[in-house]
Amino acid sequence: MEPFRTHTGVVVPLDRADIDTDQIIPKQFLKRIERSGYGQFLFNDWRCFEDGTPRPDFALNRPEYSGASILVARRNFGCGSSREHAVWALQDYGFRAVLAPSFSDIFRENADQNGVAAIALDADEVEAILARAVRHAPYELTVSVEARTVTDANGLTAAFEIDDFRRMCLMEGLDRIGLTLRHEDDISAYERGR
Amino acid sequence: MSGSAPSTFPRTLLDKVWDRSLVRAGEGEPDLLYVGLHLVHEVTSAQAFEGLAAAGRGVRRPDLTIATVDHNVPTTDRSLPVLDLVACRQMDALRQNADRFAIRLLDVDDPRQGIVHVIGPELGLSRPGMVIVCGDSHTSTHGAFGALSFGIGTSEVEHVLATQCIPQRRPRSMEVRLEGVRPKGVTAKDLILSVIGRLGVSGAVGHVIEYTGPVVRALSMEERMTVCNMSIEAGARAGLIAPDETTWTYLSGREMGPTDEELESLIPEWRALASDEGATYDRSVVLDVSSFEPQVTWGTNPGMVAPISGSVPDPELIEDAGAQEGVRRALAYMDLETGTPIEAITIDRVFIGSCTNGRIEDLREAAAVLAGRHVHESVHAMVVPGSAAVKRQAEEEGLAQVFREAGFDWREAGCSMCLGMNPDTLDAGQRCASTSNRNFEGRQGRGGRTHLVAPAMAAAAGVAGRFTDVRNWSA
Repeated sequence: MEPFRTHTGVVVPLDRADIDTDQIIPKQFLKRIERSGYGQFLFNDWRCFEDGTPRPDFALNRPEYSGASILVARRNFGCGSSREHAVWALQDYGFRAVLAPSFSDIFRENADQNGVAAIALDADEVEAILARAVRHAPYELTVSVEARTVTDANGLTAAFEIDDFRRMCLMEGLDRIGLTLRHEDDISAYERGR
Repeated sequence: MSGSAPSTFPRTLLDKVWDRSLVRAGEGEPDLLYVGLHLVHEVTSAQAFEGLAAAGRGVRRPDLTIATVDHNVPTTDRSLPVLDLVACRQMDALRQNADRFAIRLLDVDDPRQGIVHVIGPELGLSRPGMVIVCGDSHTSTHGAFGALSFGIGTSEVEHVLATQCIPQRRPRSMEVRLEGVRPKGVTAKDLILSVIGRLGVSGAVGHVIEYTGPVVRALSMEERMTVCNMSIEAGARAGLIAPDETTWTYLSGREMGPTDEELESLIPEWRALASDEGATYDRSVVLDVSSFEPQVTWGTNPGMVAPISGSVPDPELIEDAGAQEGVRRALAYMDLETGTPIEAITIDRVFIGSCTNGRIEDLREAAAVLAGRHVHESVHAMVVPGSAAVKRQAEEEGLAQVFREAGFDWREAGCSMCLGMNPDTLDAGQRCASTSNRNFEGRQGRGGRTHLVAPAMAAAAGVAGRFTDVRNWSA
C-alpha cells in the first residue's frame, strides 16, 4: 500500500450528498476478478451517456478539473454497498483523497485499506472548499495526514480529526493482516477457550 | 467463552457480544474480534483469495467459512450454460478458490444454494452472540439472531480469511424502540422503511442499532431479519435484536445448526445476552408504530419514503438546501411530480425477492394477495426465491402455483434484480415495485426506477398496475 503523508492536487467538486457506491461504480463492472482497471468505469452512469461518450456537464469531464486527485462531496459519501471496487475505481482514476462532512463506515474502512485518505471535515469547511473549487478552478489543496490539516495557498486551513492508528496506517502504508498476525498468541488462546 | 470478566455495569447486547468475541483489547489500536462465521460469495472474494495466495497465507478456519454463488447467478433454467462469460469466470474463480482452500461451497446446483443472508440463518449457521461478517453490506440481516453482523470490503475479507479476526473500533450504540400496536397490514418492511424515513440514510452512521420494545418482541425470526437487513440503509454499522424463545424455536432442527441437546445447553448463555436493565445507549429513539402505514419509496434512496396514503413531496418545503437539491434530483430521475398521490403512480414491473424479502413468509404474504387474481396486462412480474430451499418449500405449499396462475415468472434462487448483476434488469424508464432494499439510481438497471415496498404491496401493485393500499383488499 502506498503511504499517504501529504498530497497536493487539484480538487474536483461533486456537489451532492449521499453518493452511494452504486453510482461510484455501477454493478455491471463488478464481475471482474482483478483489483485493477476500474478507473475507466468510475461514476460510469453519471460520467457517460449510454453509448459511452462523456457527458460534458459532469464535473469529472470538465477541462478545469482535469487531472484532479482530490474529490470533495457532501455528507454520507460512499453509502450503500460494501464493494471495495468503489475505492479501487477512485484510486485507479487518480484520486488520492476524498473530503466530505461524513462517510459511510464501510467506505471509510475500504479507503483506509487502500491508502486513499477519506477525510471528514466540518460541513462549513466542505462548503467553503466546494465554493472555492468552483470559483477558482483549477483549485489546489494540500491534504496532510501528518499535520492533520487541509490547506490551500490562500489561507484556508481546515484541521481534521483522525485517530492515531488510522493516521499511522495511512502514513506508513501498513499491511493490516501483518499487524493482526502479531497477535497470533492471543488468537490461539481465544480459540482454545471457545 | 473467554476474555470478558464479569462486569458490574449494566451492559447492552452490543457490549456483551463484543466482550465475548474480544481476542485482544486494543491499546492505541482497534480491538481484535473473533469471527464466528464468515460468509463468502463470488463478487467480493476473488481479489481476497488472490491476495492471500500472493502473500503465501492460508485460510485459518475453513470450518467457520462457507461460500455460495448468489449475486451473478442466472435465475432461469440452471441446466443451460451461463451466457455472461465474465460472470462465469467470477463463479469459476470461487469454485477454484473454495477447492484450493478447502472451503465448503454451496454451488449453483446445490439444494442449499441461495442468497448468503438467507442460507446462513436457514442452515442454522447464524447464531446468537457471534460476530458474523461477509463482503456484503446486508450482512446486518444476521443481527436478528443477536449476532454482531456487518459488511466488510474485500481487503477485510482477505484479513478474516487469513486470521479469523477483524480489527474494529467499538461503535456507538443506538436503541430504536418500537412501541404501540402494529396495525394489521403493516409488515416488517413497512416498519423498517418507516424507521429509515425518520432517521434518514445517514442517521445511524457510526452506530449499531438495537431494536427493542414490544413490537420487536412479537416479530417472527424472518420479520426480524427484514428489519435488521435494512439497518445499513440508515447508515448503521449493524442492527441487533436480543435473542429469545422465537430465536431458539427457529434454530431447532436446522441442517447445520445445533442439535436439540446442544441447544438446551446454549440457551441459558444466549438468554443472558439481552441488554441488562439500566444499560444505556449513546442514542435512543422511541417510535409509536400505531399510526404506521404500508410504505412506498418515491426517491433514489431508502429514506425517501412515504405512506401509501401520502403523495410525492414538495422540495420547496425542505429546509436544508443540500437536501432540497437532492430531492429535486431524485424527482427528476424518478420522473415524478410534486403532489402526485402515491396511489396514482403506475408501474411496469414487479420484483419479489432479495435478502430483504425473499423468504417463505414473504412469499406467503404476496401469494395471499394474488390468489384468484392476475397481474395487470401492462405489468411484467417475477418472483425470485431467496434460496433453493425457499423455492422448494413454496412449491410444496402450492405458492408457486398461485404465483404462476397470477401471471408471475417463477424463478431460481439468487440476488437477481435486487442489484441486476445477472440478466434480470429493468430497461431505462421502467418503473418497478420491488421488495428489495435499495432504490439507488440505476440499481436495478440503468435508467430504471425502483420503488421499495413490502411483498403484499408489490403483489397488489402488480395486479392493479399502480400502487394501492393492500389493506383495502379482501383476501
